[in-house]
Amino acid sequence: MAKEYETVIGLEVHVELATDTKIFCGCSTAFGGKANSHTCPVCTGMPGSLPVLNRKVLEHAAAVGLATHCEITRYCKFDRKNYFYPDNPQNYQISQLYLPLCRNGYVEIEEDREGQTPEENGPCREGGPVKRVGIHEIHMEEDAGKLIHDEWEDCSLVDYNRSGVPLIEIVSEPDMRSAREVIACLEKLRMIIQYLGASDCKLQEGSMRADVNLSVREAGTETLGTRTEMKNLNSFRSISRAIENERERQIALLEEGRPVVQETRRWDEAKECSYPMRSKEDAKDYRYFPDPDLMPVTVSDSFLEEIRARQPEFQTEKIKRYKREFDIPEYDIKIITEHKHMADLFEAAVALGSQPKKVSNWLMGETLRLLKEKELDPGDIRFSPENLSRLIAMTEAGTINFTVAKEVFELMFEENMDPEKYVEEQGLKMVNDGDALREAVKETIKANPQSVQDYRNGKEKALGFLVGQTMKAMKGKANPVSVGELLRELL
Amino acid sequence: MELLSLSAVELGRWIQSGRVTAPDAVRAVLDRIDRMEELYHCYVTVDREGALKRAREVQEKIEAKELTGPLAGVPMAVKDNLCTKGMRTTCASRILDNFIPSYSAQAIENLERAGAVLLGKTNMDEFAMGSTTETSFFGPTKNPRNPEHVPGGSSGGSAAAVAAGECFFAIGSDTGGSVRQPASHCGVVGMKPTYGTVSRYGLVAYGSSLDQIGPLCRTVEDCAVILEILSSGDGEDRRDSTWMPGKLRDLVTALKQDVKGMRIGIPRDYIPENGGEGPDPQVRKAVLEAAGTLREAGAVLEEFDLGLAEYAVPAYYTIASAEASSNLERFDGIKYGYRAGGAQELHRMYKKTRSEGFGPEVKRRIMLGSFVLSSGYYDAYYLKALRVKHLIKKAFDAAFARFDCILGPVAPGTAPKLGESLADPVRMYLGDIYTISANLAGLPAISIPCGSDDKGLPIGLQLTGDCFQEKKILQIAYAYEKAAKGGNKV
Repeated sequence: MAKEYETVIGLEVHVELATDTKIFCGCSTAFGGKANSHTCPVCTGMPGSLPVLNRKVLEHAAAVGLATHCEITRYCKFDRKNYFYPDNPQNYQISQLYLPLCRNGYVEIEEDREGQTPEENGPCREGGPVKRVGIHEIHMEEDAGKLIHDEWEDCSLVDYNRSGVPLIEIVSEPDMRSAREVIACLEKLRMIIQYLGASDCKLQEGSMRADVNLSVREAGTETLGTRTEMKNLNSFRSISRAIENERERQIALLEEGRPVVQETRRWDEAKECSYPMRSKEDAKDYRYFPDPDLMPVTVSDSFLEEIRARQPEFQTEKIKRYKREFDIPEYDIKIITEHKHMADLFEAAVALGSQPKKVSNWLMGETLRLLKEKELDPGDIRFSPENLSRLIAMTEAGTINFTVAKEVFELMFEENMDPEKYVEEQGLKMVNDGDALREAVKETIKANPQSVQDYRNGKEKALGFLVGQTMKAMKGKANPVSVGELLRELL
Repeated sequence: MELLSLSAVELGRWIQSGRVTAPDAVRAVLDRIDRMEELYHCYVTVDREGALKRAREVQEKIEAKELTGPLAGVPMAVKDNLCTKGMRTTCASRILDNFIPSYSAQAIENLERAGAVLLGKTNMDEFAMGSTTETSFFGPTKNPRNPEHVPGGSSGGSAAAVAAGECFFAIGSDTGGSVRQPASHCGVVGMKPTYGTVSRYGLVAYGSSLDQIGPLCRTVEDCAVILEILSSGDGEDRRDSTWMPGKLRDLVTALKQDVKGMRIGIPRDYIPENGGEGPDPQVRKAVLEAAGTLREAGAVLEEFDLGLAEYAVPAYYTIASAEASSNLERFDGIKYGYRAGGAQELHRMYKKTRSEGFGPEVKRRIMLGSFVLSSGYYDAYYLKALRVKHLIKKAFDAAFARFDCILGPVAPGTAPKLGESLADPVRMYLGDIYTISANLAGLPAISIPCGSDDKGLPIGLQLTGDCFQEKKILQIAYAYEKAAKGGNKV
């Protein structure tokens, strides 16, 4: 490859908003449920039904707009995007084209200066140069239903439970130059939106979906090349792979002197390649026009003030404050503050009197381990700060040893039960002395004459074995130090 | 026969006083329907059993003093584009031939709560597109004043049912004159209230920004009573974003106020002196006579230039068709209604279903509407039409700074003969010239009978008011009706 190429990437990110009810009717947005059980005349497009905007959608969308430094459109409208498809019950989607709610914002990411891939570039460098990715607009719209193709019956069925679930679409400027920057931008957006509680932003479950617009151009040139749009990207990994793959595909075409066709492509995760979905020739005319069923939305000063006042402390400010207030490692601070739920948990447990370092240890150690093992997000953590504090207090007081604490924690992670009650009920309290312990040690001595002999012959190692045997008999409830002392005494 | 010629309010009083029961009234109307339907064809669906059952329930509540309102027990007919729970709602189209809604329109719920008894669903132009009720999939309705003529449209079945004594009042929808024009042609009272005063929830949309539900009835008093109930609500259950609940209160008490000194404007281009593009001379004469009657009653009449009338029809057909092309997309054979058989692929199924399901007038407007919204034409047609709409509203604002009400004809002529209109759609569209402006500007307008032509066909007088000034036009209409010797009787 003689020429140097630059990759130019823009994003279209759809985020499902965390409202209890749909955008234009009172149906539940709960995930799952029997097909078409969360539906009504409005979200199934019955004749005569009409939409009424859910105010909560406007609040969430405006909050995301403010957090991404957007201008909020004070007089915005909804438009109809007309196209026929069975997952779209009205055969038009209510969206915003002419006057979207938010415009001209940005998010800050760490600039990627070297390689093009995370593999080449290594992990994100601390305190690298900051880059702004422009937000062209954020608009509100409704989600579509789901088509289910039944191969056996040779028919297609449609489930409208997702129809009318509120979405925002975040359209970035073509400001990113590598997969790393794209991931950084998406992570930043996800963090901001999660902090706002506007969505859980799960790529796998589809509550956050990113389409990638990509073009290449010779390094140093200013005009944009022809772009393609990539869909069906269900994880950060597939986003990275798809960007690499598409960049190489476009460069290869240009090197051969062939043009890049402006088209929408679908990423095939299994085959790690993409296929064209539709090209510009059969591009649809969506016949957008203002939806006459919805009144224009006038955003008042007081509404904006209310939203502004409700903005949480974001990660940057949190990091600064944690450094001032808590004596825990900077790395821990960064991880804990990456997710608001985790940070809230930390702060609440500390407020309940637990030592910051101890709380941080449980979060950074066991919590992260279990999240990874169970493929969960920090947002999924179910145990309460109260229960975490109780567990920490018990280990501090020596009521339970660390092995037992880990077991109890694992259960608490699953069920959020009161660890004190549980330890009491299961009889897991540490036994430090007393007759029970003495009895157990005597039993161990009786059952292991060989080891006893070895110890008496000066083999210090044999004591360790005997301690282990006693601990086993005590089901871990004993303090190993006390067991060792008792053994020495009795031998 | 005497019972059937009562107004809705008079019948309501008879029922409250025990002079007649609700089931008796329903039986009398059903009997009339049995005798006349074959000739007039006002209805698409008549629900005999349901109406009698409902009448008995209402009668019990009346006797228990639970229902004391003016419409309790009064039989009504509803245009077939308003959803009625459990009762077929077809929009007079093949594509909804088998559609049974799971819910009722909010306005109909209001009437049923007030004790009105639903008899059935009336015939109409397919999806309310037409001015004669001849585009109905189920065949035309005849004008009870002269069955060789059309009843007007699109709420032709509703107007004819009121005129024929096949109900005591009816509900229609008015997008460009669809309540007022058939009321005029059938010699009954019809009114389109201010846009947004009656919830459109459950009205199958044609032109959403223009559609409004309104009553067809025998007297101005009926009209006021029905409108109060249609528009009632407290906003707790707001299912239509464009609805302003409870805006029309105390209409009935306003009726009897004196019209002395009220200022009424007559647009000069609605009644040009030398014929020209104006209405039929007999219509012109009847309207000016009505104006004279109001002058005698003490109103101040003045001619003025409203302007823009020539732009109203093209702007209307652009906006209404654009909205209709999108509103009617949901009729695709997937979820409900007619589905064409034999198509092997999704988009062929859509095409076949919609080709077979819609009639020619509906297809014409879908094509027109799709065209004006296409990229490259949107600004030149749709946006320009919206600008005209805005200018028309401004012209009316200026007029209402001077006048309490604007007076004119409803239609350029009386009801045409069956089969005369559909061959020349543009001429038919131009017939909407006097009614369309009220929809474009969102204004309330009433049509009341003001005589008939030499063939005995009724002529309608139109009174248009400023937004939310329903009281004023009802008051003037009531004064005229009284002066012209009472309401219209079968």
